[in-house]
Amino acid sequence: MADKITLGYTHLSGCTGCTVALADNYAGLLTLLDKYVDLKYMPTLADARHVQKVDVSFVEGSVCINDKLAVEELKETREKSTIVVALGGCACYGNITRFSRGGQQNQPAHEAYLPIGDLIKVDVYIPGCAPTPQMIRNVAVMAYLLLKGTKEQKDLATAFLTPLMKLTEKTEACFCELMTQVINQGLCMGCGTCVAACPVNAITMEYGKPNGERDLCIKCGACYSQCPRSWFSFDVVENYEAINEAIMAALQ
Amino acid sequence: MGAELGKYKSCVSARSTDKELLKCAQDGGIVSSLFAFALDEGIIDGAIVAATKEFAAKNPSKVIIDSTNFDMIEPWRPIPAIVNTKAELLAAAGTKYNISPNVALLKEATRSFGLDKVGIVGTPCQMQAVRKAQLYPIGMRDVGASIALAVGIFCMENFPYQSILQLVEDHAAMKLESVKKMEIGKGKFWVYGKRGQVVQLPLKVTHKYEQPGCHVCLDYVANLGDISTGSVGSPDGWSTVFVRSKIGDSVWAKAMAAGVFETQPIEKVKPGLELVSKLANEKITKNKATLEARKTFGVGKALRNPYI
Repeated sequence: MADKITLGYTHLSGCTGCTVALADNYAGLLTLLDKYVDLKYMPTLADARHVQKVDVSFVEGSVCINDKLAVEELKETREKSTIVVALGGCACYGNITRFSRGGQQNQPAHEAYLPIGDLIKVDVYIPGCAPTPQMIRNVAVMAYLLLKGTKEQKDLATAFLTPLMKLTEKTEACFCELMTQVINQGLCMGCGTCVAACPVNAITMEYGKPNGERDLCIKCGACYSQCPRSWFSFDVVENYEAINEAIMAALQ
Repeated sequence: MGAELGKYKSCVSARSTDKELLKCAQDGGIVSSLFAFALDEGIIDGAIVAATKEFAAKNPSKVIIDSTNFDMIEPWRPIPAIVNTKAELLAAAGTKYNISPNVALLKEATRSFGLDKVGIVGTPCQMQAVRKAQLYPIGMRDVGASIALAVGIFCMENFPYQSILQLVEDHAAMKLESVKKMEIGKGKFWVYGKRGQVVQLPLKVTHKYEQPGCHVCLDYVANLGDISTGSVGSPDGWSTVFVRSKIGDSVWAKAMAAGVFETQPIEKVKPGLELVSKLANEKITKNKATLEARKTFGVGKALRNPYI
């Protein structure tokens, strides 16, 4: 189909969990590939593995700055993509790779890992460990509408993606953001969302406010970005019914 | 009356036709009856509600709490719980007047509690959280499509637990254990004791104990619930009900057909929608002013604004 968007998938230092999450859209992924997206390269799910010119590239994993090949691949991804999406906690914030101190076989000198936003300009974040299939699906549909949709669809996609674009201003995440950006700012109202969002059950509610087991936190960014008081767009969320229906209809 | 009431398909004054249920209810028994009906009909297979320690003691498998500290849990401290039957619903019914982190159970409801169709009740901010989680399911894998009925409750502001302790034990001079019901209405905070005593506090006293996080909230009537309800606008013992989404419309129609509620046209009751609208506008105006003040906070430095 001529009006498909082209997609690439660059796999850096990530555990393939993001890939699995993408694949966990099952039939939805096949519909995406049928109707909207031409998958140009991807190490696990496509024959072509090397970076090509694409509209959108997903980058999984952080980048090891001791690994020339990884750095080159990331730079090439940036040069050849219109939109770069950091997929998952590692690409956005370093996530579990933040704890790396090297010494692992068979590349013990690979010790320094950075979120990709520290080396290149990133356009959209999808935080979380792993990112959810539904979030990847929603962003993919919105990216399609942004590039190929009508004026109205472009506006909707822009509004939807704006908060995820703004997230790219930071490359550090931690439970601490709930303290510094929500509670300290007088914005927490104790809804409990962060508890549900945390993939490692590091958060509990104590007397109406989140309490983080900071040694458990893997720095994936899910709690803060899921919090309704981190960012909230009335324009988008008040139309949740129509948007959900449009996304589901697109995948029929 | 306009945007302050959110989008809705219909609005009525209603109360449950279940007399047994009304005895446990805060006002018209809307939330409990809706969930009881939805459970019966298989619209939901469980609901996340605010329970208390007594409920948790009797139903330990319905909550997630650190049981090593169970004795430390105070009376009237809300504990989010999953209910699967009408009896459990009734055991948890009634407004707690301090925030219950119900959304905390949203993912686990679909995991260890095994729910495919989740009901959830919450304040306007919790409805915002639920809808954000459906549109941006960053840490909410396979949750969005499982939310089968979200019921929002009107909310001017909420209190942290310690504020309730202070209000009831210091200002109203009652032990929390001996409190039967709390209520805000007619411009006062009411505390009803189990022995029949009633203490009322002017809201002037309660204001300073409100949660600060509530003061940036721009939603009074839970605009994002499938159905939202609260006592304001309806006569005593009745509740005002907004039916908002397609899901809400379908569930409400089925409940009405089954005779779960008796209703009156909202135009016919006193004080009616005008009061709801007035209070909604008051809240929104006051909190917009707070957001405005936060832009400089009088020191030329902005506090963070969550709305984009």
